[in-house]
Amino acid sequence: MSNGTSKKTGLNRRTALKGMGAGALLATGALPGSLGFAQAQSSAPIKIGFQKHATGIGAAYGRWYDATTQAAVKRINDMGGINGRPVEIVIEDDGTDPKRGAEVIEKFANQHEVDVAFGTLFSHVVIGSAPRAGELKLPYFVVSEGHHVASGMLNRYTLQPGITDVKSQVQSMAPFVANNLGKKVTMIFPDFAFGHDHRDFFSAAIEAQGGEVVAKIAVPPAETSFTRYFPQIPRDTDVVYHVMVGPAVLTFVKELGEFFGPSRPEIFGFIDSLEAVDINSPGLEFLEGTYFWEGHPRHAQKDNSEYDTAYRAAVGVDDRGASVSDPKDVSTYAHMFGCWETLNVIKAGMETADYQGPADRAKLIEAVEAMTDMPHSLDHPQGAKLFNGKTHQVFGSQHISKVTDGTLTVEHTASIEDGMYEDEVDYTAQSF
Amino acid sequence: MEFGPHLMLASLEGAVIASVLVLTSMGLSIVFGVMRVVNVAHGEFYMLGAVLAWYVTSLLGGHPAVGFVAALVAAPLLVGAIAASADRVILKHLKYDPDRTIVATIGLLYIIQQTTLMTFGPDARPVAPPFNHRLALPWFEFGDSGFAMYWPWGLSTTSYKLFVIAAAAVVLIALWLLITRTKIGLIMRATQQDSETAQAFGIPVGRVYSMVFGLGAALAALGAVLVVPIQQAHYLMGADPLLLSFIVVIIGGLGSLPGTVVAALLIGMSDGIISVFFSPTLAKIIATFLVAMVLVWRPQGLFGRSVP
Repeated sequence: MSNGTSKKTGLNRRTALKGMGAGALLATGALPGSLGFAQAQSSAPIKIGFQKHATGIGAAYGRWYDATTQAAVKRINDMGGINGRPVEIVIEDDGTDPKRGAEVIEKFANQHEVDVAFGTLFSHVVIGSAPRAGELKLPYFVVSEGHHVASGMLNRYTLQPGITDVKSQVQSMAPFVANNLGKKVTMIFPDFAFGHDHRDFFSAAIEAQGGEVVAKIAVPPAETSFTRYFPQIPRDTDVVYHVMVGPAVLTFVKELGEFFGPSRPEIFGFIDSLEAVDINSPGLEFLEGTYFWEGHPRHAQKDNSEYDTAYRAAVGVDDRGASVSDPKDVSTYAHMFGCWETLNVIKAGMETADYQGPADRAKLIEAVEAMTDMPHSLDHPQGAKLFNGKTHQVFGSQHISKVTDGTLTVEHTASIEDGMYEDEVDYTAQSF
Repeated sequence: MEFGPHLMLASLEGAVIASVLVLTSMGLSIVFGVMRVVNVAHGEFYMLGAVLAWYVTSLLGGHPAVGFVAALVAAPLLVGAIAASADRVILKHLKYDPDRTIVATIGLLYIIQQTTLMTFGPDARPVAPPFNHRLALPWFEFGDSGFAMYWPWGLSTTSYKLFVIAAAAVVLIALWLLITRTKIGLIMRATQQDSETAQAFGIPVGRVYSMVFGLGAALAALGAVLVVPIQQAHYLMGADPLLLSFIVVIIGGLGSLPGTVVAALLIGMSDGIISVFFSPTLAKIIATFLVAMVLVWRPQGLFGRSVP
């Protein structure tokens, strides 16, 4: 049906060329305002490129990573910035897409001329972007949880100093699961790098505790309906281990409850399955008495630290982990502290290295690699941390919370040592 | 899970998918049948219906049923009105040229999707079902002690899911009555058969087009309002139903309403059953393969008449 009608379109070649030219101009950003500082002066701001999941399956995280980042940068600037220079955040949307992620890194390096890039969560975007950051020699601070940094898969320019990786998390969880919940575990996880980290490392960790994984159910991350996957759960399962991401997490948890009804096995989930979702949403009543991993407890605990309280106030989050302006707007509390802490690590690293501009990028990385202990403070409100300069990965304490009367109450805290494992790489041996 | 209960669970899931799919693909099919417009923005009208359902229910508060009934009425009407005005403002000025309307509705798709992202935001929002009871289902077996009934683990549905199936059937019957038994239906059919002759007989073809475009979008929105207590409102949720509706409409025959119903049941049920027993990806592969086969061997679709 294309023949005979196309010539009717009132678009002549000149108009089309003009439009394409304007489009190209917009696409490359060659417009006033978005041009970088060609010669950065010492008073010019330090620019941090924030690779944000503003759209796509990571959008709920992106919004809260943004809010936390803005709050952290405001605090840093109020304290006088970094090396006397203000910090400026440059935001680019990566669409939670690996290909777009690499393009965003390129844009940061060549067009915005940022000092460092930062802020990526989803592991497939990190894996897609990090090689480009390495080629462009742009320090890339990810807040991703994935094991890909510490596994040696990436490069010297990629660091994860603000959040513990999945391998460490599940290793510190496995003893609790095996000793308190049961030995036969069915895993339900998203079918991409992050979920595969869970599958591989938890299977190994539970076997070390004398348990076994009886079924591994992989779900595509963009899935919207889940009942169809649940019949694969074997009948002799003691514990269902779930970790889900994406916009349909609430549906996932609801359908899990409907599938089991009153006779459910023990359920242990990563709070990822409920990030940005109110735990008291209709249909989630069955979660009462189940357990969740939490990087950073969403609901303020009785013995809440002063740092956590101050951090909540700075980001604009209440005691239930929801926005102070809208209690229905629940944050991604268990993960977003990573942005706050990573920015403080960047600040500390730049101050140690006396960072002046892109020429000092290698010095910055060396300064961060030299870090070890990070005490519990307002710079690190989630808790004390230990950074491993060789693997570029930080280690922190982890929490297991039980849902009690609709509140996540911390039941067990795993120490930093519980999550330590042998180095798999030495990035410091790589050249810059 | 044993084979019998497993199959029953799969069929129930498939029936829910099929009933929502029938409504959305009927919308797409009517628009194509009457106007010869391939509406690429159809999935976004579906998404708008879900988002508006969330908005209406969160505005009203009170018992979930109050908000749900209000959404059931308001969301399709609003989406229908938006679609009808899109027809007036955009499609009418393109003179319903097949190529240009495709491009225009692609544009419309992005406008609706990104406007929703900017206003509603990127989060998935739940809508409480008006009622929702878990119904555990029994299964029968012949064991050592003869015929016995037992309750397998996980074999269950919810009262709301059964309601979705019933509601879709009611809407379908109402639609059939509208098209075959009313004056509006007669006018629509006349416009479908020959719009120029219809205009010569005094039928306001322009207004019929707007109404049909609005009706098609309203059907998608209605399907979305029904499904949103099971799934959630999200600005990207329009992509899947669009793909499946196109598959259904091509298999059933573009513009053929009975064909659309049969194909929607076929695709919905097979999607449910294949994805429970094997994988959802395989279900999509088979559906798409079926489209390719239909296009090769019977390009007009199962029930379609060949267009001269």
